[in-house]
Amino acid sequence: MKFSMKEQGVSTPLLSLRGVNKSFGPVHVLKNVDLDVYSGQVTALVGDNGAGKSTLIKCVAGIYSPDSGDFLFEGNNVDINGPREATALGIEVVYQDLALCDNLDIVHNMFLGREVKKGYVLNESHMESLARKTLDGLSVRTVKSIRQTVSSLSGGQRQTVAIARAVLWNSKLVILDEPTAALGVAQTEQVLHLVRRLADNGLAVILISHNLVDVFEVADNIAALYLGTMAAQVNKSEVSTNQVIELITTGKSAGVDQGAKI
Amino acid sequence: MSTDTLEAGPSLKDAMGDYWSRIKSGDIGSLPAVLGLIVLCGVFGSMSSVFLTNNNFANLITQAAAVTVIAMGLVFVLLLGEIDLSAGYASGVCGAILVILITKHGWAWFLALPVSIIVGCILGFSIGTLVARLGIPSFVVTLAAFLGFQGLLLLLAGEGGTIQITDPAILAVENNNLSPAISWAFYLVVSILYVLSGLNRINSRRKIGLKAELLKLWVLKTVGLLGITGIAVFALNRERSNNPQLVSLRGIPVVVPVILGLLVIGTFVLGRTAFGRHIYAVGGNAEAARRAGINVKQVRIAAFVICSALSAIAGMLFASRQNSISPTTGGSSTLLYAVGAAVIGGTSLFGGKGKMRDAILGGLVVAVIDNGMGLLGYAAGIKYIVTGVVLLVSAGVDAISRRGASSN
Repeated sequence: MKFSMKEQGVSTPLLSLRGVNKSFGPVHVLKNVDLDVYSGQVTALVGDNGAGKSTLIKCVAGIYSPDSGDFLFEGNNVDINGPREATALGIEVVYQDLALCDNLDIVHNMFLGREVKKGYVLNESHMESLARKTLDGLSVRTVKSIRQTVSSLSGGQRQTVAIARAVLWNSKLVILDEPTAALGVAQTEQVLHLVRRLADNGLAVILISHNLVDVFEVADNIAALYLGTMAAQVNKSEVSTNQVIELITTGKSAGVDQGAKI
Repeated sequence: MSTDTLEAGPSLKDAMGDYWSRIKSGDIGSLPAVLGLIVLCGVFGSMSSVFLTNNNFANLITQAAAVTVIAMGLVFVLLLGEIDLSAGYASGVCGAILVILITKHGWAWFLALPVSIIVGCILGFSIGTLVARLGIPSFVVTLAAFLGFQGLLLLLAGEGGTIQITDPAILAVENNNLSPAISWAFYLVVSILYVLSGLNRINSRRKIGLKAELLKLWVLKTVGLLGITGIAVFALNRERSNNPQLVSLRGIPVVVPVILGLLVIGTFVLGRTAFGRHIYAVGGNAEAARRAGINVKQVRIAAFVICSALSAIAGMLFASRQNSISPTTGGSSTLLYAVGAAVIGGTSLFGGKGKMRDAILGGLVVAVIDNGMGLLGYAAGIKYIVTGVVLLVSAGVDAISRRGASSN
């Protein structure tokens, strides 16, 4: 497994969205949204229900095509038509409702739909060692056997498997939709560590979360959506929790330069 | 818990412990079918002097064959959480086409059989397309097909109602036996291949440092399996004719290699190919499979095609066993016995869980009940009721074990 080993703090973002608009019929969901995502950083995407977070990431993941706006990936203008093209660019999404098959084991789930084959036959041992390497690379130590079925795993372990699956494929950008929403305290901590490790390994991470404690623990910068517009994207160190709450609930906050680019 | 525990060599005791905890967590697999088979054989063997004879044993196999093959096809459909109620009459229709082509049109069996299997594929494709593309529940589609195929079979069988078949090759499948020497040779070859593939699997995993099945456990299982099948071959090779001077009846029934071949192919497809993996995935969580890029509709259609194709082969077995095709071939309790066989063997009605061998174990259970109670002189009504209760118990075990697994 290779991560794109860009140094942290490089000036060109891995992914830039400029002026993205998306409407569903008369409902203007995304209004001129700008977003910058950097390799080696966790970008938290926050916003109230209906602010457009899900729509925005579905545009990035190729599930929706935006009405207008530019996508710059590694500095190049790209069009993402469909999930497969997003995957080909190295964009992986870990959905809130996990999307794992309970009746299959961890290895099977990690390679689901992209099985490694020798001729027509599945190359089980190759897949198993690759899965093991990926989990070790993420320092996952909580899974007893990678041949146990997913149904026997805890919520945190399932989330771990889903994330590990996302990074298995030379991915460059991993989008996590509310990864800790259904987890207990200890498991949330585990998953947040894992998220941090992804970024430290050089990946770009977009973390969607309602939980500002989580966001402040793990994110490098915070993008706040308010009613379909990007209220601000700021470095974590420059804002307080209260300012972010103001951005989420009112779209503006005293002391936050909303035009600033991080 | 750390991954380091993996590296320590597991002992036989650990393996037993693992197995026990798997059973406790609801993953019981074929265990009830195996236990049931042993209990049933014990009960019938003690109550009937005929049940445990070589003759009856061979009879049992040929009796179970057609239903078992339909059950094998149903495993594919059940794995998706769907059902095919038309599989019984699909076998009747395909069997009728086979017999008509041979008897009325003088085709050779090796041409007629592929044609009847292709007809099965077309039937399955139609059902699968209606289920997958139009989204009609499979229960309704196949219920309609059940009636439709029954009508089709009536039309094909025509006025007389019964079409005889005299083709020696087709009749041989359910009526002839391999000679004792060939039976042993067949047993040897299959055993050697089984042992080699098992050793190869363990070896190749060890070589790249993966946890492999415990060798001791594998040896135990293999010796047990080969021992039991060896005894079966020995028993089948004994003379079982009432009048050996007139006709000698010895050896493995020809249908055994046929079923074994289907078992190997089916197990390979389900366990070792991406397609098989996708069937399990769609049955486990169709939405997850779709998001993983699996063409869920194609997988569904393919499962119905496989089911009906295997039904066509079962149709050939019916024709062979009855020496003819009639409007009730594949009808009455055939389908229910086949669904029962798959479920009794351990295939879940909820999808995502099941194996090819379930069909064989369950098929044997169903045949043993049918055969044993018949020998004891019970009425057909009692047989149906007992088989129904056994099916209900297996489905209950399935549902309870599923609840146990999800509450984990």
